[in-house]
Amino acid sequence: MKHAVSRHSIAVCVALAASAGAVLASEGERRARVPLLPQYQQECAACHVAFPPGLLPAASWRRLMDNLPRHFGTDASLEAPVAAQISGWLTANAGTSRRGREEPPQDRITRSAWFEHEHGRIAAATWKSPQVKSAANCAACHTTANQGVFNEHDVRIPR
Amino acid sequence: MTIFPRPGNLPAAVAAIGIAAAAFAAGAQAATPADLLAGYAKQAGGSAQPARGQALFTQNQGREWSCSSCHGNPPVQAGKHASTGKAIAAMAPAVNPERFTDAAKTEKWFRRNCNDVVGRECTPAEKADVLAWLLTLKP
Repeated sequence: MKHAVSRHSIAVCVALAASAGAVLASEGERRARVPLLPQYQQECAACHVAFPPGLLPAASWRRLMDNLPRHFGTDASLEAPVAAQISGWLTANAGTSRRGREEPPQDRITRSAWFEHEHGRIAAATWKSPQVKSAANCAACHTTANQGVFNEHDVRIPR
Repeated sequence: MTIFPRPGNLPAAVAAIGIAAAAFAAGAQAATPADLLAGYAKQAGGSAQPARGQALFTQNQGREWSCSSCHGNPPVQAGKHASTGKAIAAMAPAVNPERFTDAAKTEKWFRRNCNDVVGRECTPAEKADVLAWLLTLKP
């Protein structure tokens, strides 16, 4: 071969990049699939999807759990022992990766830089549509959100 | 209802005691909607009024949300959370037999949701009224 970069080495580079991307994506997916504490599912998934604990850092979870009576405009208060148990589990399983370490404004997952980046192509009208209503309504488009899986292949945006 | 043991109804008396014992063992929180209603009405010192319950549930109480904002009007179908859009199972016990069968769960949700809707805890009379109305609803 007289080419400066052989086809073979290009193929190797592409393969390496693809597998690195696959490793990073699957690590994020593994993190999202931490088995949920049953108390968390029961107490915290009545009004919204059970957000995977890795999506926020421990500091954010602590603030949220310390302010349940004023939880994004509603009273989500819990008995102290239950709140303590859930809080301990959330902080133990909180995000530590580059994404998961960010403390978003108001501790809102949907205001995280990574969230805004991932959902940049979603039109404002889609968020406000009756079938979606809110960026916090993950399950409206992420058909497997209730299993903690947010793979883009499972996304169906309602029309 | 007391069953006095007599030769004829001894098996019934034994069965009644057995059922009562099993219900007690199953957990102090297990209840029927009628049990919870009776409890609230007794605390209120009066009888529940479904019409008052309907008004409290379906009309705004000076704040952004009414109970119906999430639970629908009438609450005989799945509701939808007013800000997150999450589906909420129907409230009427005739439609959803799990509703109002756990005293602690009922109290927790009354506490939270009355704070949001009314700005304070609901009184036992208000809880009785709401539950009485919900029990009148059919699918």
